[in-house]
Formats: sequence, structure tokens, C-alpha cells
Amino acid sequence: MDARAGSRTTQLAAPDARSGAEAGGPRVAFRWLETLWIQVAGTLCNIACRHCFVSCGPTATQLPMMSVEEVQRALDQGAEAGMRQVYFTGGEPFLHPEIRTLVDRALEVAALTVVTNGILLDAETVAWLAEAFARATSSLDLRVSLDGATAERNDAVRGRGTFGRIVAALERLGRAGLSPVVTVVEHEAGLEGAEARAGFLAFVRSLGIERPRVKFLPLLRIGREERRTHGYHGPLGDEPLLPAVESSLLCATGRCVTARGVSTCPILVEHPGARLGSTLAEASRDIRLGWSACQSCVLDGLRCNT
Amino acid sequence: MRAAFLGGIYSNWIGLEAALADARARGAEEVFCLGDVGGFGPHPDRSIELLRSAGIRMVQGNYDDAVGNAREDCGCGYTDPRDNHFARISYAYTLERTSAAHRPWLAGLPHALEVDAGKLRLALVHGSPRQQNEFLWETTTPVAFLERLCDLARADVLLCTHTGLHWQRLLPSGRRVVNVGALGRPANDGRTCVWYAMLDTEDSREPFRFLPLEYDHDRLAREMRDERLPEEFVETVITGWWTTCLEILPAKERMRGRF
Repeated sequence: MDARAGSRTTQLAAPDARSGAEAGGPRVAFRWLETLWIQVAGTLCNIACRHCFVSCGPTATQLPMMSVEEVQRALDQGAEAGMRQVYFTGGEPFLHPEIRTLVDRALEVAALTVVTNGILLDAETVAWLAEAFARATSSLDLRVSLDGATAERNDAVRGRGTFGRIVAALERLGRAGLSPVVTVVEHEAGLEGAEARAGFLAFVRSLGIERPRVKFLPLLRIGREERRTHGYHGPLGDEPLLPAVESSLLCATGRCVTARGVSTCPILVEHPGARLGSTLAEASRDIRLGWSACQSCVLDGLRCNT
Repeated sequence: MRAAFLGGIYSNWIGLEAALADARARGAEEVFCLGDVGGFGPHPDRSIELLRSAGIRMVQGNYDDAVGNAREDCGCGYTDPRDNHFARISYAYTLERTSAAHRPWLAGLPHALEVDAGKLRLALVHGSPRQQNEFLWETTTPVAFLERLCDLARADVLLCTHTGLHWQRLLPSGRRVVNVGALGRPANDGRTCVWYAMLDTEDSREPFRFLPLEYDHDRLAREMRDERLPEEFVETVITGWWTTCLEILPAKERMRGRF
């Protein structure tokens, strides 16, 4: 089903943006917990991408790093709720001093994806990851973000010198027999279209990754990106979504745990109004899409999961 | 009691014919099919007619729902553009070649079957008890999650297909989940055989076994080429490696394949 085409019928509200999540917007029923996002590194990141949707960076401390105990609590609650998969996010998860313990703990209860910029994946870390991958019965995935097949394109968004460091990490992962999912934001670098996508796939293969996996993300006009491209023109209207669109949204089957509580999704972690409770049980309820950012998923078809 | 469980047929009518004969030769009193009769292979009516004339008890797959109700797409649940490209080719072909007389049958198939097999209560679904096109892969199905699905299905054994890869797990509660794999295409392991599952209620230690099935895959490949189906599909049939629908594979399953 084409969620994106179907959702085009949703009417936009007037551009006087509401701010509260509970204020309005279409309702999304909570179906079950499929995916648990855990913001293990808080908003701390070793780089500051121009299009970051949560304004993360080396000095960003809005959301603190989570302790091992906090992460374990989230994992226990997720397992209790029957989740299928966990995503570690941040900031940059590999900045967490206990990241290996966290990876092991997560793999004990579910499949795990670590969303990373790759820069901290040195030879020793990659060797450990390859071993963890082979050892675990659940799947371990790495999602490495890149923004183009050239330094010129990528560095304009992710910062000077990042391209070479990310590519070196991808080559190390390929040599270790791992196949990271390379995530690319389709910003104005022009990665839209089948040919551009095929070209990017060929580029990833050229780095020694034999089974290349690429995920293209639409641009989110929120966070730091909002200041760059002026964001969306207000929240969604109150009309119900098409059932196929509603059930496919991440917030119908996912929640995001941070050091400050449980939020609807990884994109809204900075908004106190999108916090649904302090436990997963409290947060497992229907919500309304009252945020401008919700347009990323409803209109642009964003799905953060792989 | 012995019973055979067939996963997605994907229009591999030659494999289906071989499986029905094989299951009977092995003493199966009953044969079940967990859905997705069409897609991928040639001449969809041939598989439907084989299943209907043999009186096979069926669960509806997403493909059966789509073709039976002439929906816009196959509802397989792919997210990658290349996967969707091949899914569209396959669906357009199958939809066009499935005769109108068979569509109400496909549309009317049940979403689940409950079967009593000796002391075991079996639940048969296509994807999962909660969603027809949910993928239950071996490496992304934690034990607590599977226990929940067994609760939901009120079953001692939950049988499913949809992923194309067979696996089974005995849960701490003593219940079991069996993904019976697919008859329609090989298991991405470099072998040309396809797989189905056999239950033997007399065997309390290992009640379910997966059986490899050799069939005339060269003939299937010829028919697919004659029907101008994508060469990528044909390659899978003759090499045993998946060439499409790869992006939905979890990392572990993906790394076991060639592409």
C-alpha cells in the first residue's frame, strides 16, 4: 500500500502552529510495542550535522546519557510488553562508555540496531562488533549515516573531514564481514530517483561491502534543519488518517525511552509535551499527531526503522 | 497422525505437485497450505487448481487477499524501491493471469485455522496471528514476543510462513513456533530444493521436521522465461540464491545469502 500517496488527502491546518501534542491532530491508536527506541547517548554527539532532527552535538546536553540501569529497565519493560526489536540512538551511541555492555544486554532480549555516524568505529570496536554479531542468536544491525558519495556532498552537511572517517569505518566493517545499513538523507544533494539510488548502492559496494544495504530517508524539516529550511507550515488537521497510513506509522507500534521518560518517537524527544509517561506501560496509549514534525511521517513517508 | 504444512506456493505448481505426492508417500493424512498461492512463478491458475482439486485446507495469505480482491498491490510489506519494483511486476502478472472464477475462492479463505492434532492445538496463520503480512524471522523474534503470539492464538503450536525461510523454536512454556518456509522458491542457501514441514504426533521429541523437496526446477525456469518473468526470479530458481526481496531480510539472514 502506498502510504505516501494515500496520505496526500490529509488537509493541512492553518499555519498558526499549535504546540501541544494533546491539543489536536489526527488520532493514532497504539497497536502494540514492536520497536523500542532507547536514546542511550542522550543528545551528545561527536559531530553536529546541519540537518540533525534533534539538534545533537558535542555540547548538546538537553537530554543526558542513560545509565546502564536505566537502559536495562527499559529493556525489561520492553520484553515484558513483547517487543521485537530495539534501536539504540542518541546522539552517538558509541560515545557511551558502557556501550558494549548495553549491546550485550539488548541482544539478550531482542534484535538490535545501533544508529551511529560510524566515526568512532575503530578497528578494535569493529572486531568486537563482528564477534557480537556471530555470537548472538538475535540479529545485530548497524545503521551508519552518510550524505553522499563524495566528500564535497557529505561534508557540507555532516562537517568537514567526516566523509573520509565514515568511509574508513564502512571499509573496516566490510572487511570484518559485517553489512551495515547505510542511511542517506535525500537532501538537496539529489539522491532521489532510481538511478541515483543505484549509484549510491554501487558506491557502498565499492567500499568492500558485498551485500550493500541502503536506506533513503526523506529530509526532516525540524530540529537544526528547521532553522535551515524553515520547517513545515503548521501541524496536521484533525481529520482521521487512512487506516493503512495510521497503522504504518512508527508511533502506532513504537516508543522512545530517554533519560527523561518515554516519548512518542525518537524525533519528538526534545518536546516535553510529547513525553507520555515515565514507564512504557504508561506510554502505551493512543496519541494525537499535534506536532509539525508529524508531517515528516504522514506526508513525507518517513519511517525511522530499517 | 501425520500432517504436512506447505508455505507460500508462489505459483510453483511443479513443486506443489511434487510436494503433494511426497507428503502422501510419507504418510500424511492431511495437507495444509498457509497461503500465498500466487506471485513470482508462472501460470497462477495451475497452483490454485491443484490445491482446490486436492481439497487442501488453506489459510489466506496477503497475496491471496490482494489477488482475490483485486487490490492495488500485493501487500507484501516491502519498503525498498527495488524490492517494490519486482513486487509490482510479479503482482501485475499474477493478477492478470488469475482467472475470475478463482478470485472469490481466494478472497474467501480464512485468516487462520485451528486444528486439533492429537493432544496438540495448532494455530495456522500466514504471517502472524495479529497481522497477515507480519514477517516472523528467526533472528528478530524474541522468546517473550513469541510466547505472546501463542497466547494470542491460544495454541500449543503456531505455524506460519510469509518470510520464505523455515525455522522452529521450542519456547520455555513448552509451546512451539514453526515457520514452515516456502514451496515457491529456495531458501537462499545455494540449493535448488524447496522446503515444507511434516508433523508426526507420535514423535514427542521432534514432532515437526523440515523436509527438502527436489522438483523439476529447470522446467519451472523454462516456463518462467516463456512467460517473460524477470530473469532475476529465474536465477533464484536455478541457483538457490535470492536476488530480490533482499532488503526485508534481517542482517543475520542477509549475511547467509550470496546477495
